[in-house]
Amino acid sequence: MFKIVKREEMAEGTVILNEIEAPLIAKKAKPGQFVILKANEDGERIPLTMADTDPENGTITIIYMVVGKSTALFKTLQVGDGFQDVIGPLGTPTHLEKLGKVVCVGGGTGVAVLHPITRGLKAVGNQVTCIIGARTKNLLIMEPQMKAASHDLKVCTDDGSYGHHGFVTDVLKEILEKGDVQLVVGIGPVPMMRAVANLTRPYNVKTLVSLNPIMIDGTGMCGGCRVTVGGKTKFACVDGPEFDGHEVDFNELMMRLQAYSEDEKKCYDEFCTLQNAT
Amino acid sequence: MEQVEKKGKKNQTPRTPMPEQDPNVRKRNFQEVPTGYTVEMAQAEAARCLQCKKPGCVAGCPVEVDIPGFITLITKGDLTGAIRHIWKKNALPAVCGRVCPQEIQCEGRCIVGKGGEAVAIGNLERFVADWEREHGTGEVPPKPASTGKKVAVVGSGPSGLTVAGDLIQKGHSVTVLEAFHKAGGVLVYGIPEFRLPKAIVANEVNFLERLGVDVEVNAVVGRTVSLDELFEQGYEAIYLGVGAGLPSFMNLPGENLIGILSANEYLTRANLMKAYLYPKTDTPIPKGKHVVVLGAGNVAMDAARTAMRLGAESVKIVYRRSRDEMPARKAEIHHAEEEGIEFFLLTNPTQFIGNDKGRLTSMECLKMELGEPDASGRRRPIPIEGSEFVMETDLVIVAVGSGANPLLTQSTPDMQLNKWGYIVADPETGKTTKKGVWAGGDIVTGAATVILAMGAGRKAADSIHEYLTWGW
Ligand SMILES: Cc1cc2nc3c(=O)[nH]c(=O)nc-3n(C[C@H](O)[C@H](O)[C@H](O)COP(=O)(O)OP(=O)(O)OC[C@H]3O[C@@H](n4cnc5c(N)ncnc54)[C@H](O)[C@@H]3O)c2cc1C
Ligand code: SF4
Ligand code: FES
Repeated sequence: MFKIVKREEMAEGTVILNEIEAPLIAKKAKPGQFVILKANEDGERIPLTMADTDPENGTITIIYMVVGKSTALFKTLQVGDGFQDVIGPLGTPTHLEKLGKVVCVGGGTGVAVLHPITRGLKAVGNQVTCIIGARTKNLLIMEPQMKAASHDLKVCTDDGSYGHHGFVTDVLKEILEKGDVQLVVGIGPVPMMRAVANLTRPYNVKTLVSLNPIMIDGTGMCGGCRVTVGGKTKFACVDGPEFDGHEVDFNELMMRLQAYSEDEKKCYDEFCTLQNAT
Repeated sequence: MEQVEKKGKKNQTPRTPMPEQDPNVRKRNFQEVPTGYTVEMAQAEAARCLQCKKPGCVAGCPVEVDIPGFITLITKGDLTGAIRHIWKKNALPAVCGRVCPQEIQCEGRCIVGKGGEAVAIGNLERFVADWEREHGTGEVPPKPASTGKKVAVVGSGPSGLTVAGDLIQKGHSVTVLEAFHKAGGVLVYGIPEFRLPKAIVANEVNFLERLGVDVEVNAVVGRTVSLDELFEQGYEAIYLGVGAGLPSFMNLPGENLIGILSANEYLTRANLMKAYLYPKTDTPIPKGKHVVVLGAGNVAMDAARTAMRLGAESVKIVYRRSRDEMPARKAEIHHAEEEGIEFFLLTNPTQFIGNDKGRLTSMECLKMELGEPDASGRRRPIPIEGSEFVMETDLVIVAVGSGANPLLTQSTPDMQLNKWGYIVADPETGKTTKKGVWAGGDIVTGAATVILAMGAGRKAADSIHEYLTWGW
């Protein structure tokens, strides 16, 4: 069992942080890599990108939004409980190199994924501006951590309840206009990543996105995670999860993410009914 | 029939049929199809063996099980003796009795089969192994003196399990590292419950654990740990039995529509993740109404029969060559036909068509005809011009083969691969070009069979033992 040593609820209980004992993974993991977790014997294998690792204490941190049966089940796990299986680190790590001026843009729980990448980019000597956003103030996560990970943090909310009133792309546009940006990393919901990629394209600024297709094994043996990048089929679990945002077929990704939506909704509703009954 | 009569009395008895679930019942459940011989049936079948002096069956068996030897023990009623006899050459008889292509191996060479039906060697092997599991003492052999040497086995398919079993019994300490959360390789994620009950595989793995093998799941070698790190941790020899786990696709337009899955994904969902029990279990699986399976090997048959059991209205096998070239075991093709699976032979897909939600709705195909033999010696299928037609389908399972997964080999640049990415290993010893590393099974030969993977494992285990005793 992989024991949970710390647990926090964020964003009004819709987002959960778990710090988990997984010494082998903690030692090996690099920014941009993910793990696959399975709660119990009959559980589903869920891929989540690591938000943090602590090689000394042998722990990894994951942050996830409760969206379906499996994440609702994860949410029931308390400190001292654990996951039956944690597999990783998987995926190709972020290529970290000194480029100069870099902007990291995160939306929703994508901010968690962005955290180690931002820190890594800063550590190799880049000048890192970070933009994070959420629908409203109470849904914003990891503001202090992102502040520490970057040189300059800008915060946006769609409803103006905190920071800049508007989308992360508004702020990104202002920065792009000033010029000199060498790299943009955009991680969040698919529509946000698509918007970021569309925005940077005319400026010709290289843009990395991190994709989250449906996965099973995470080792390249099933092809369930295939995405189209530059007209070619790639397996996100081994070739990614990061890809050139200007080459990704976001429409296909959006559709493929809906493959089991009906089944999942039914299963989630049943689980919630059962939970409320007990 | 006349010919058989000339050969003597024994041969007149027809082959003892294997009792099976009725096709119309079993096609909607996941219980095993054949239900197994009784002792009486097994003895009747065993009595058909002529006890040849130069048995063709043994020559046809890739690991040379002494077939007449164990069959005599069945006729004598010594079932414990019979299983011990098989174990000398084959560590997984309950598996092999069920999944080996006997018709081209032992049974294909059986003398009785020349004029009639071969002795049912596979059924007998299965019977003896099942008898042992149900009635045997389950006692493990005495532990040999420890050599103090540590061996790592990467991959827990039939090949890796064979190596682990052989080396632990020679006194070495053995750790099996498996990427998935459950051990067994294709035996657990690929081959379905109705053909190979998972309890049997679990039983074999459990037996190894009781012998002292340490099985570590969730260990992706190349990611969680590298080969060089394993050497640093004190392992002196490493065996790679990582299989051929890279799904091939057709590379046709529309292949990323929702409703097109590799057989690896479909079967992994169904078997390893137990999605056939969804929503009791948490992993969903697409349930097609009109299912098409591309390919005609064992994998294709397994996928087609799984789809039928998940409630499909129709299931079609679409294959570009003809019936004679279908690579699946005869029994599987026969079972599939009995269960109402339709065969569209000499047919090849050209594109997939979907709706505005990105979901598959149909597939366009071309009819083929057979031309001159190709490099594989089989007649090459060539398209018939203007023969396009459209097949309605909401689920396509691609079972057209698999390749070498580069995950581990990419992280080990100092080990030689062939041009398809398979590991180069000495066919006699399994030695790779990297010191202290052996390989065998599908990752060396390409997708093959359980018994060949086990055979390679046995040779490598002998070579590893020699190395640990005498050096490289
Ligand atoms: C659906 C299906 C049906 C089949 N039916 C038959 C049949 O009826 N008869 C027959 O004889 N053969 C059949 N085969 C073929 C047979 O199963 C294979 O030839 C055989 O299993 C190969 O054994 P192996 O030990 O080489 O590899 P596998 O059984 O493939 O096992 C490899 C194991 O290694 C693990 N692994 C891979 N990479 C890593 C890594 N980096 N780190 C750690 N672990 C790793 C995998 O997860 C897997 O568990 C079938 C195959 C399939 C897919
Ligand atoms: S070839 Fe057939 S008859 Fe001869 S020993 Fe083998 S099983 Fe018996
Ligand atoms: S998740 Fe199976 S290949 Fe990527």
